[in-house]
Parts: sequence; C-alpha cells; structure tokens
Amino acid sequence: MEGHSTYVPKSGIARWLESRLPIGGLMHSSFIAFPVPRNLNYFWTFGAILMMMLVVQIVTGVVLAMHYTPNAKLAFASVEAIMRDVNFGWLLRYMHANGASMFFIAVYIHIFRGLYYGSYKAPREVLWILGVIIFLLMMATAFMGYVLPWGQMSFWGATVITNLFSAFDEIIPGVGTWIVTLLWGGFAVDNPTLNRFFALHYLLPFMLAGVVILHIWALHHVGQNNPTGVEVKNVRKDTIPFTPYATLKDTVGTVVFLLFFAWFLFYIPNYMGHADNYIEANPSVTPAHIVPEWYFLPFYAILRAIPSKLGGVIAMFSAVLILAAVPWLDTSRVRSASYRPLYRQFFWVFVLVCIGLGYLGAKPPEGGYTIAAQILTFYYFLHFLVILPVLGLVETPRRLPGSIAESVLESTKGGSATAVSAGPAGAVASPQTKG
Amino acid sequence: MKGHRIMWNKTLAAAGLLTAVAAALALPARAAESGGDSHGGAVPPPISWSFAGPFGTFDQQQLQRGFKVYREVCASCHGLKFLAFRNLADPGGPGFSEGQVKALAAEYKVKDGPNDQGEMFERPGRAADRFPEPFPNEQAAAVANGGKAPPDLSLMAKARTYERGFPWFIFDAFTQFAETGPNYIHAVLTGYEAAPAGFQMPDGGNYNRYFPGHVIAMPKPLNDGQVDYKGPDGKPQAPETIDQYSKDVSAFLMWAAEPKMMARKEIGFKAFIFLIVLAGLVYFVKKKVWAPLHDHPETA
Amino acid sequence: MADTITAAEPTRRDFLYIATGAVGAVGVAAVAWPFISQMQPDAATIAAGAPVDFDLAPVTEGAIVKLFWRGKLIFVRHRTKDEIASAEKVDVNTLPDPQPDSARVKEGHAQWLVVYGNCTHLGCVPLGHQGHYEGWLCPCHGSVFDTSGRIRQGPAPTNLPVPPYKFVSDTKITIG
Repeated sequence: MEGHSTYVPKSGIARWLESRLPIGGLMHSSFIAFPVPRNLNYFWTFGAILMMMLVVQIVTGVVLAMHYTPNAKLAFASVEAIMRDVNFGWLLRYMHANGASMFFIAVYIHIFRGLYYGSYKAPREVLWILGVIIFLLMMATAFMGYVLPWGQMSFWGATVITNLFSAFDEIIPGVGTWIVTLLWGGFAVDNPTLNRFFALHYLLPFMLAGVVILHIWALHHVGQNNPTGVEVKNVRKDTIPFTPYATLKDTVGTVVFLLFFAWFLFYIPNYMGHADNYIEANPSVTPAHIVPEWYFLPFYAILRAIPSKLGGVIAMFSAVLILAAVPWLDTSRVRSASYRPLYRQFFWVFVLVCIGLGYLGAKPPEGGYTIAAQILTFYYFLHFLVILPVLGLVETPRRLPGSIAESVLESTKGGSATAVSAGPAGAVASPQTKG
Repeated sequence: MKGHRIMWNKTLAAAGLLTAVAAALALPARAAESGGDSHGGAVPPPISWSFAGPFGTFDQQQLQRGFKVYREVCASCHGLKFLAFRNLADPGGPGFSEGQVKALAAEYKVKDGPNDQGEMFERPGRAADRFPEPFPNEQAAAVANGGKAPPDLSLMAKARTYERGFPWFIFDAFTQFAETGPNYIHAVLTGYEAAPAGFQMPDGGNYNRYFPGHVIAMPKPLNDGQVDYKGPDGKPQAPETIDQYSKDVSAFLMWAAEPKMMARKEIGFKAFIFLIVLAGLVYFVKKKVWAPLHDHPETA
Repeated sequence: MADTITAAEPTRRDFLYIATGAVGAVGVAAVAWPFISQMQPDAATIAAGAPVDFDLAPVTEGAIVKLFWRGKLIFVRHRTKDEIASAEKVDVNTLPDPQPDSARVKEGHAQWLVVYGNCTHLGCVPLGHQGHYEGWLCPCHGSVFDTSGRIRQGPAPTNLPVPPYKFVSDTKITIG
C-alpha cells in the first residue's frame, strides 16, 4: 500500500546503510508511515498483543531451556528445581505456562474478530490462510510444550494425541502404527519422545515467527480491514499514520492485556493447569479424567463426538482446516457483520457453540454429554458449510457508509459538537459500493 | 419487506437453536450431579486459610506445627523429596533459624559416596541435602505398605483437587480461589469414619468420606493428642486435635508445594500498581495524541 | 499537524510524555532483572558450596589428590622435604607474582599445599610433578608452576590461588 510519506535517511551513516540495505525505509514504511484505517477499534490491538506474547514466550522459553533437562528421569525434577531454586524461576515458568494460555486467549479473540468483520475476504485470503498456519503451529508448539514437564497429564496427553495417528491403520493397515512408532522413537511414549518434543518445541516458535513475518507482509500489502469493511478509498482522508496513532493505541491495549495476564500469573498461576500434572509421569496409571489444556477443548470435544476413531480424527483436523476455506465459503458481498444483520446473530450463536464445545470437552464422554457434543459438532460444521454460503445469498445487508471517513464522521456527529463544526468531510459523494 | 421476513425467521431459528444448545448443555450436567457421589468423594469443606487471597501469607507458627506433624506422623511413610533442609529457613517459609536447620539435618542419615574405596556410605545430613526418602525405591515402598506406595508429599497440595463445577470455576478466577489442594488434604485427614452399612470394603481398605471412591489404603493417621504442641511455657500453642493437626499439616504442605508463594504475591501487588499507573498514563497519552483527529477528522 | 493544534499547552503535554516514558523505562528495567538474575548460581548451587571436610591421612608423601569444592577443582599436595625446601629457598622478589611459601601454607603444616587446580592463564588443569620446577606444568600453553603453586614461567599471570580452608585437626581440613 502506498504510504503517507517516504523515508529520508537523516544521517550520513543511515544514507550509507540505506543505499546498501534499505532496512530503514522498510521499517519506516511498515511501522511509522504505514497507513492505518482511522476507525479501528480495540479489537485491532490484538495483533500487537499477539506479537508481544510471542516475544514473551520465546524469551521466557529460551531462559527456561537453560535450566530444563529433557530426560524422562530428570525432567520433572528439573522443572521443580526451576520452581524452587532458580532465581525468579517460579516467575519465569509461570509466565511461560500462563503465557501460553494468554497467547491462545488473544489468538481466539483475533480469529473471532476476523470472522466478525470479514477480514478473510478478498484480497485478504492469503493473509487469513497464513493466520490459520500460525494457529496450527501454535497448537503443535503448545502441545509439545505441555509434554515437557513430564507430569501425568504431559505423559497421557502425549500418548493420546500421538495415538491419533494410529487411525491411519483404518485406511492402510500398518501405516498408522508405523507413524506412531516413528513419532515415539520407541514402542511407547518415553525418553526419545520427550527429547524430540523438546527439540521441536524449541524449533517451532521460530518457524511460527517466520510465518508471522509473512502474515504481516501480506497485511501490509493489502492493508488492514476495518470495522466497516469498506476499503480505504482516499489514503489522506481514510487513514492515519501507524506511528504515533496505532502504536499508542496498541500500547494501551497491550498494557491492559498485561494486567489481565498478571492477574493469573501472580495470583492464580495454576488456574489454567491441571493438578495431575504435578504428579510425575507414571506409565502404569492413567489419571481418572484426562483432558487437554483448555484451548484444545472444543477440538477435543469434536474428536470424541464422532463414534469412529478415524472419523473423530478427521473431524477434529477438519474443524481447524475448514477455517482456511472460509474466504470461499462466505458468499456475502459485504465484509463486516455490522452491516449483516443475520450473519451477526449466527456469528454469536457460533461463538456460543464453540464455548459449549469447550465445556463439553472437559466433561467425561458419557451419556448426555456425548449427545450434546454431537449436536454442537454438527452445528459447528453446519455453520461453515451451509450457513455461511447460504446467508450470503439470502441476506439483505444494511447500507454501507461511502467511506471510512464518512463512517467516522457519522459516529462522532451524535455526541461531539466539534465534529459538526468540522464540516462535511467530502466523502459522502460516493454511493454504496461493494465491500 | 421480504428481507425483513427472512431476517425474522432466521432470528427465530437462531433463538431456537440457542435454547437447544443450552438444554443440551444443562441436561447432562444435572444427570451427573445426582449420581456425583458414585465415582468421587464428598466435596471437601472450605477452610479459611491464612494464605488465601491476594495478600495471603503463610502463618510461620502454623507451618512449624505442620512440619512437626509431618515429621512425627507422615514422614515414616511419605517422602518430601523436592525439599531441602535449607528450605525450612528460606524467607516466606516456616522461619526456622539456620542453626535449627543444621541441627535438624544432622539428625538424618544421608547416603553419599562413593568414597575412595568405591563404597557408598551414610553421613549426617547437611542443610543443602534434600529430605531423604523413607524407602529405597517405589517397589520397596509398595511392599512395605500393603501393595500401594505412599505418594511423595512435596507437591501434594498442588497435585490434588476436586471438581468445582459450573459456575464455581468461573467465580474462582475472580475470587482467586486456589486452595482446593489444602482443603482436600484436610478433608481426607479428617474424613475417616465407619463405612456405611452394606459398603463392600476390600482387604486393606479404609473408609474415608472424602477420598474418591471412599476406599483409601492409608489407615487413619491422626488421633487427638498425638502430636505435642506444647510451647516453652508448657501450654499447648494450638488445640491438639485431629482437625488442628490436619489444618497445620495441610498448610505446611501448601508451603512445601509452593514455597515462593509469598514472594509471588508481593511482587504481584507491585506489578499491579505499576501496570495500573502505566495503563493510566498510556491511555492519557493516547487520548491527547488522538484528540486533534477527532476534532478534525479530515486532516491527518 | 499535531504540533499546530496542541501547541497551546506544551508543558502539560510534555510532562505527560516524559512521565509515561520514564514509567515505561522503569518497567522495562524491572522486567529485565529476573531474566538476568536467573543466570546467577541458583539456591541449590549456592547451598552446595557449604564447607566440605577432607581427611588428609590417606594422602601419602609426594602425592597430589584432586577434589572438588563448589564444582571447582582443588589440589591437595603432600609435599616432600625437598619440595618444601625448594619452595622456601627462592628469592621472592624474582618471582612474577611475589609471595613467600609461608603465605601459601598454614603455619606448622608446611607439608600440605592446598591450591585451586585450574591454571590462572585460561583454566586448564596443570600436570603435577612436571616442568622445570617439578611443581606443575600446564599442557595448554606451557605455564610452569613450582612446588608452592607459584607461577615461574609462561603466560599465566598469577600463582595458583589458595582456597579458604582450615585445619580441624592435624589430619583433617575443612575447605570453604
């Protein structure tokens, strides 16, 4: 996107560098001059919040790796040594463990924001798909990280999730077993499994960071969506420079999010965890209720809702992968749910369904819980495969504002006298256009 | 007009679905409640702990009493392997002096070696040593205890919990309730009672009201007056009852599982004050910088 | 743009900006500290540095025994009469790191030399009974130490340091 201004290196050194590696210009156009729609609400600060959480996780993770021992006999004790003996070790470990939960809270808000405002629609499909890849990498990283303390939930979580791949036996006999043995590096989850999970848990975040750069690149190429879903028409009127406006707003959002983080970190650091993971891994005893971390619960509920092994695995992975198809499943011409009266309601039903699936994922798979999970799983896929395509065809959207500037004027007109005195913004001229 | 019709129908459909979802969620929950006791124990009664809440602190006297109970009653079967003797003198703990810890450690025999002859040997414990385990290995512990090894207690207060259920688990996030572990330990220690008529008790089992499934391998460990709480003045510092012993040892085990809790809550308070101030400042800076935009939306 | 509009009250605005920046800087410093502090020796490492007892009785004359305190290597050398004599007769002023032998052993226990076992050049372990002075010779870069553990030739700048220790009895020392 064309920016507000162009970068001019001020000092001789900067000029020298710029002619050899134009990094100053890149940074300037990406994070200073980058034009941001002026009507973004606080849901748009979650990109910055996620960026911060990624940094928090990588920094605390690297530090924890300095004290952690990836060995089945020593891992649990090394984590306890971090908690008890390492200077501020308890703080760093709780930051990392709760940080994972915060990362997922932020990413879920970020994803649902995208779903609400239609941020996946053309020309942002690639941006969206990169986001789905980041989500997948996050899930893989979080899963492997949870195995590392080598508690009971670590061990049995690793056993159950790796055994998912044995479902391939139902397609080609022997292949699933082969894959599972390959993942384990043995005939059960054991030391080799722990060791490779540690290596991958260290590697994946950096791959994730690489995809994040692509995600930002794609974002800066097509420009940000905004609450109206109307594209930027006039850079001067519809946008403001990233710095100082978006940077400051992002900072406010980030600090408030840190307050939320601190509540869990300092006062209820084990709230998101499982008591069973404070028992060292024991291959001869499975905990009474084994459940994954909360952020996997909806998908876990979908897995258990399907009575067949292969079917459950396929449904679970489809539940994530279907997100990548959303840009084509949604047939509406209008992006933002603010102008889609029907979609807006179905959106909230979908949110409730996801929460319901999460609740059921934590419940034992018996009787009414299974039936409820089956109903909600059916609805989950119904939302994507039927409701989204059909809604776009039958729904009558509300009239879109002519431009972002116009929508800003409309919203300030009500309360602020100064806005009125500022006069017409000159953006009303263009009639409603395709979003 | 036609659009409105469709919208209305869809709203109805959505509302209907919502009701169905809510009903589906609520039904099994109720079903589970009625039969809740079958695969669990009774819900432990809540105890008012000194260490609960954002400003909670450990009661040093209580931790010292709890340690005494652990040492005189639990330690013969249950280890405390992640704790070192030195931890007893750490800030935020029972507050024993360095000298007391040294003397206490010396009462234990610790395995060390090999020496120059290549042999393992026993020596008196030092402050830096971890608590020696009561049995050489898990199999030995199991054999000596009717087939079930007594679990290590270092993390017991964080490794045990009970289901809070909806909506309590949501309230807990706001009230910072995080004491299910010590509540549970206290409940089990005080929960020994005669099995109800017709209860099938397997060999070597003991009936406990709060233990999941009610059959616990550990025999009733505490009795009134068992542990001497007399202070230097010859008077008991606290009631010498099962209930008090259980509370004290639960508090001690909470500290043992989370020895940095007090530092955590202290730093947390400072972090909160700091973040609130920073949030306020950043908010006003943002407001100031954005103000001209709101007044003159056409300029940027 | 912003300047022309808010120029009316620059002081209040500037104060807000500076205060926010300062508070933010304090926060960054406060957060940085745990990440630096975690690299310091942890509580178990420090506690394990408690004094250790060492029994001298099994160490025969002329022998060098290696032991560890706080993870650091220590030499305990039972010196022969000749070795003591050669260490004592040196003119201290000719040494690169002048120190009389008497300052490196405990009074009345001249036969016992206790020194750290890492070369003061770059930390290799010198070989005992070797080199021109039959003290130690460092195989890495050729530093030569005498029977008092003092540097005599080569790149090492100082003598092998003496760890804190004391005699509990004639045959027992406590290091640390």
